Amino acid sequence: MDFLTLLQVLDSSVRLAIPLLLACLAGLYSERAGIFDIGLEGKMLAAAFAAAAFAAITGNVWIGLLAGIGASLILSAIHGIASITFRGNQLISGVAINMLAAGMTVLIAQDWFKQGGRTPSLMGEGRLNPITLPFADMFESIPYFGPTYEELISGHSALVYVAVALVPLTWWVLFRTRFGLRLRAVGENPASVDTAGISVVRLRFTAVAICGILCGVAGAYLATGLQAGFIKDMTAGRGFIALAALIFAKWRPWYALYACLLFGLLQALAVRFQSIEVAGVVIPVQFMEALPFILTVVILAGFVGRAIPPRAGGEPYVKER
Amino acid sequence: MGKMPVWADVLLVPLISLALAAFFSALVILGIGENPVEAFQLMVDGALKRSAGWGYTLYYTTNYIFTGLAVAVAFHARLFNIGGEGQAMIGGVGVALVCLYIPWPHWSLAIVGASIGAALFGAAWAFIPAYLQAKRGSHVVITTIMFNYIAFSVLGYLLVEVLRPTGSMDPASATFPDAVHLPNFHEMFAPEGSRMFRGAPANVTFFVALAACVVVWLLIWRTKLGYDIRSFGKSETAAKYAGISPLRITVIAMLISGALAGMMSVNTTLGESERLILNSTEGAGFVGIAVALMGRNHPIGILMAALLFGFLNQGGAELALWTSIPRELIVVIQALVILFTGALDNMVRMPLERLFLALNKKETT
Repeated sequence: MDFLTLLQVLDSSVRLAIPLLLACLAGLYSERAGIFDIGLEGKMLAAAFAAAAFAAITGNVWIGLLAGIGASLILSAIHGIASITFRGNQLISGVAINMLAAGMTVLIAQDWFKQGGRTPSLMGEGRLNPITLPFADMFESIPYFGPTYEELISGHSALVYVAVALVPLTWWVLFRTRFGLRLRAVGENPASVDTAGISVVRLRFTAVAICGILCGVAGAYLATGLQAGFIKDMTAGRGFIALAALIFAKWRPWYALYACLLFGLLQALAVRFQSIEVAGVVIPVQFMEALPFILTVVILAGFVGRAIPPRAGGEPYVKER
Repeated sequence: MGKMPVWADVLLVPLISLALAAFFSALVILGIGENPVEAFQLMVDGALKRSAGWGYTLYYTTNYIFTGLAVAVAFHARLFNIGGEGQAMIGGVGVALVCLYIPWPHWSLAIVGASIGAALFGAAWAFIPAYLQAKRGSHVVITTIMFNYIAFSVLGYLLVEVLRPTGSMDPASATFPDAVHLPNFHEMFAPEGSRMFRGAPANVTFFVALAACVVVWLLIWRTKLGYDIRSFGKSETAAKYAGISPLRITVIAMLISGALAGMMSVNTTLGESERLILNSTEGAGFVGIAVALMGRNHPIGILMAALLFGFLNQGGAELALWTSIPRELIVVIQALVILFTGALDNMVRMPLERLFLALNKKETT
């Protein structure tokens, strides 16, 4: 593999990692607050559709982004009402949300655009266009650094830089602010938070809403940045890969970035090379596709550093027993 | 504390949830500019008014009975097996291997062999998540989701690289020999020359599914193992105190669950496509969750819920054929049923409990 191919693979790894990263951070907020969310996939899908649909209608990708966030927030509200207000099973609610999104997106897409459950292809201002960072052409002549800067660091859409910036921001919010302390506490021991006079319900709803916003951005990036429009089931398990990355990262922001980059790289390799030969053994493409899930099971099994979820995760909080 | 009468719990609550789901489904149909009443009539016409429609409805019902029972058995041990989809895919591999490599003289033997193969492969696919849950505390929901995706990759690999006959472009196995062809409803019930059930995929596996309902009922309510599973599901600490091993129950309940999910592929792979294909499960593993929730984890309830979803699936296919409503409407209805009967159960239950409490008070004073 020559240097340019390597750069291209890394570049597409970053692109593929961004939706994973956004969804992974979304899940991080929710699960740290004690609300399991296996509906990341559905929220991304709904957001991808809403973003593509509104971008196609208005021709403005930023209106699309807002619509995507709105669609994702509606599903978040359902999840919140089911799992916080009515203390229902968070996992079942997640399954319902995934199916709801899978069905509704195609239904509405068919009703609005009549193109077999897809949106029209986005063009021009309807898409997230790449930004060229300053000095990209100045550095061009420098060997190795120049092309790296131009291919890998510059030339992504704005949301890519936003997503990467969200990693330190999330770390700071969670571990250096009062809100973050309370958020983590409500996921570990909600009763203590309640005793301190802070509303468990409000904190958890806030976390679920943040999760919705981030999933919305993830879906919008998928449909308007990574691809040009919505197609049926376009998330293709990314919500679950993000969930896997979250477990892989043991619910920590920086590790979430590394896990998502790793899974992005695996996807990029699977896309670029149908099968890879390592030391005379051919690795089938299906193995590359399954690798994120296999790695997560290994991590979950606790053979390589055990992943322990927030203690109160998945349990509805009952004020008085 | 005053509780609801049993009939309210097993009938009233699911019916109200179902009514809510139906109401919102009607809103969705209205929202896309169609008439919900007409749509419903079309669904009834397509799924229940003709024998071929019934043939499809009962074919889907067969799938949903298996996956519904699978989810229910795990639910009794308070385990949420979301991996029915993957277990059914791998079960299909079992069916294909049994049918392709063993020369069966007659279908009646083949269906036994295929059932065993499907159950073994499905159970094996559920084993690792079960063991990890019991031994290492890794959440069975997350691991079974991961195993669904791994199963899809495994199946893809096997179909493309191993089982695909040379020269074929399809990612599918070779067609099974004629000797293992299962009699379908047309061959079984249609009088000579009649068109009854013609072209419909419902086959003898339907009766295997009915038998599975009986076996699961016996297992859960009439055996010591079933008692252990239920007590483990009600209270893990109490079960432990009574000498029930959590490891044993978790693994056994998941193995049974996986076996049932795997057996669905007898219907799809041996009964319908007669070869192993990539997408034979068609989301039935997830529908099983809705079926088990609706049916309150009881075989009779599951049978009725499976019939309902079989009807919805076939009716939805008819709708897609005759109107501009896409098939995904069914997915929306399934999602709404899961939402109202599963996640929002308390929303229906809490006001009802209060109502019955008030009624009881009035009677006593």
